[in-house]
Amino acid sequence: MTAVDAAAPVSAHDAWSTPERRELRALVRRFTVREVVPQLEEWEDAGQLPRALHRRAGELGLLALGFPAAAGGDGEHLDTALVAEELILAGGSSGVCAGLFTHGIAAPHIALHGSAELVDRFVRPTLRGELIGSLGITEPGTGSDVAAVTTRAVRDGDDYVVTGAKTFITSGIRADYVTTAVRTGGPGHRGISLLVVETDRPGVARTRLRKMGWHCSDTATISYDEVRVPATQLVGEEGSGFRQIMERFATERLSLAVQAYATAQRCVDLTIDWARQRETFGAPLASRQVVRHRIAQMARRATVARTYVRDVLARYEAGSREGDLVTELAMAKNTAVEACDWVVDQAVQLHGGAGYLHGVEVERHYRDARILGIGGGTNEIMDEVVAGRLGLDPT
Amino acid sequence: MVAFTEEHQAFRKSVREFVEREIDPYVDAWERDGAMPTHELFAKMGALGYLGLEYDPAYDGGGADHLFSVVLAEEIGRCDAAGVGMAIAVQTDMATPSLARFGSRELKERYLAPAVRGEMVAAIAVTEPDAGSDVAGLRTRARRDGDDWVIDGAKLYITNGVQADWLCLLARTSDEGGARGMSQIVVPTSTPGVSVSRKLDKLGNRCSDTAELAFDGARVPVANTIGTHGRGFQQQMAQFQNERMVACYGRVGACERALDRTRDYLTQRTAFGGPLIANQYLTYQLAELYARVDMCRHYNYACAEAYERGEDTSRFATIAKLAIGRLCEDVARTCLQYHGGIGYMEETWTARFLRDMRITSIGGGADEVMLQVVAKMHGM
Repeated sequence: MTAVDAAAPVSAHDAWSTPERRELRALVRRFTVREVVPQLEEWEDAGQLPRALHRRAGELGLLALGFPAAAGGDGEHLDTALVAEELILAGGSSGVCAGLFTHGIAAPHIALHGSAELVDRFVRPTLRGELIGSLGITEPGTGSDVAAVTTRAVRDGDDYVVTGAKTFITSGIRADYVTTAVRTGGPGHRGISLLVVETDRPGVARTRLRKMGWHCSDTATISYDEVRVPATQLVGEEGSGFRQIMERFATERLSLAVQAYATAQRCVDLTIDWARQRETFGAPLASRQVVRHRIAQMARRATVARTYVRDVLARYEAGSREGDLVTELAMAKNTAVEACDWVVDQAVQLHGGAGYLHGVEVERHYRDARILGIGGGTNEIMDEVVAGRLGLDPT
Repeated sequence: MVAFTEEHQAFRKSVREFVEREIDPYVDAWERDGAMPTHELFAKMGALGYLGLEYDPAYDGGGADHLFSVVLAEEIGRCDAAGVGMAIAVQTDMATPSLARFGSRELKERYLAPAVRGEMVAAIAVTEPDAGSDVAGLRTRARRDGDDWVIDGAKLYITNGVQADWLCLLARTSDEGGARGMSQIVVPTSTPGVSVSRKLDKLGNRCSDTAELAFDGARVPVANTIGTHGRGFQQQMAQFQNERMVACYGRVGACERALDRTRDYLTQRTAFGGPLIANQYLTYQLAELYARVDMCRHYNYACAEAYERGEDTSRFATIAKLAIGRLCEDVARTCLQYHGGIGYMEETWTARFLRDMRITSIGGGADEVMLQVVAKMHGM
């Protein structure tokens, strides 16, 4: 049904179209069509995904992708991108990606820098879909300003005692543990560490946040009131938290960029179907030149975004030194988000009154897409990153 | 410059206080419930004369000039949920203008005066499942049987449709196709055969109820026909101008308040060691939006004055709605974006505001229809 077949090979050597990845894509499509789409509206109303879905995704091997084999993982980062892309193209949503693949932001630090014990206790069960993890960085006062974290972890014997609050924590209501950014040292980025905090420890309290979109992905404010956590649950060295967080921003931004272009493409597909079938003024919408051109522009923007994001992703994956990847990651995210915002808005517009109705798929994408330019660093932060790397100093 | 008198300014102050006292404290609950107590609110507004500012005092109207309607809409537009403003605008400017203009004395006494007093809730029933902005494509049929119309069909996206006491219905009353052979008919919702087939759940304007209505052999007197039999389409096209105008007046109030609130937030919020407002980029973006709001406000005023002079305002109303629909979208996205993560949370006004504003470019004729009209005006 798609105008642009995202699965079609670009070249014989295209990393996205190897036999294994075609198989993976087919698997994700089956999983989405059979096990996600029929229940998605129910999960949207419930405000969260069921644990059974995580276990199922774990069984299928989808959660292990992108993690090192030593921690129970499999595949490369590109595989996680492919899974998110196909899940959305097959009728899922960025909200499902956020809720089901939260481990992609919550667990990599532990897998790469945590002790063997932490890997066994937290990473492996997460990749099997038995545990749910969250990443706790943002605080009510900080937002995109990570170096300003104020949640304190004070050493007391073999424990840390954690006090503070985190907000906008994806999967935070369901999470069994939170990889939490805490201040173990002085001010600034050198005083920040990562600590794994189980949510059943005394002193942890959670409240649910209601959002404009991403309804099937639960979001929490989490407060820590003198929560005692063994010092062995520190991830990596004390004071290495900021560096670890920054390392992971690249993949978080890439995954949001993938969700953005995939959502755009899905909305192009849905709009094409609608325009063919909907009649106004005695003819199908698709016969109107303005509508045809508009959809052509939507498809162009979605395609350009996909091509650019995939290119940056391939270079990131290859460890390429060509160009400045930090700059291009920021550019890629903004390119995809800008395309997605516009395409989703046009999809609602071309659906007319129906596009404003709850339960019509483009309406959900419209609400969901709005977060993509805020999460993982806002559009404006991305532009700041780019400007800074171009040598444009603010002072 | 438009001639607002001291009386208009005093009226503005009263409406603003009314919104802050009688509407804003309650809208969160109304939004959550997906319904507002429309009869209760309209009774209060009716008592203050807000629901029939320009209508003939013989039908309990205020006999005021059109600028009072501009002031009312701008101030109601500032309220915390645009759904409330939509419910009110349906009553004052979408469902009643044709009745006031063309209705018989008896019809006005029975339906207009109670609507003006806030005792009856009105709705406008034009759109159908297969006829959105394409009004000439509608199919709901009223067949004459003695002194009655017998009505069969369906209407979609009917604001106030769940709570309405009567509808200003547009239906086919003859077999001529297209824009010919339609009439406007007042249909009490208590008429047997009129039913709410579905209450619709929407992206925004959630406190305002929206219905799909079914008509199954609904029988109303032919005397309920508004104005001239067979001129329904033309009468409705004129009524649409009021709808577009009031929508545009309201949105200017809404956008201005949203920009003020965002400016205040940026002033108070610090990140990376300073207030966000210290970022030049953000201030220029807001400045540009303030400039566009100002252009639209004065375009609205020119429209209002032309209306007051009795001129045809269809060009004004069409262009204003196109421009303001796009402005609303840009203002709402920017306000949410500049609030960051908290802006995406439903506890922050920005999320509802974006959801509410999205309908502007669709309702009352989509942007594409506005462009079609302007193209025609230029001989294309």
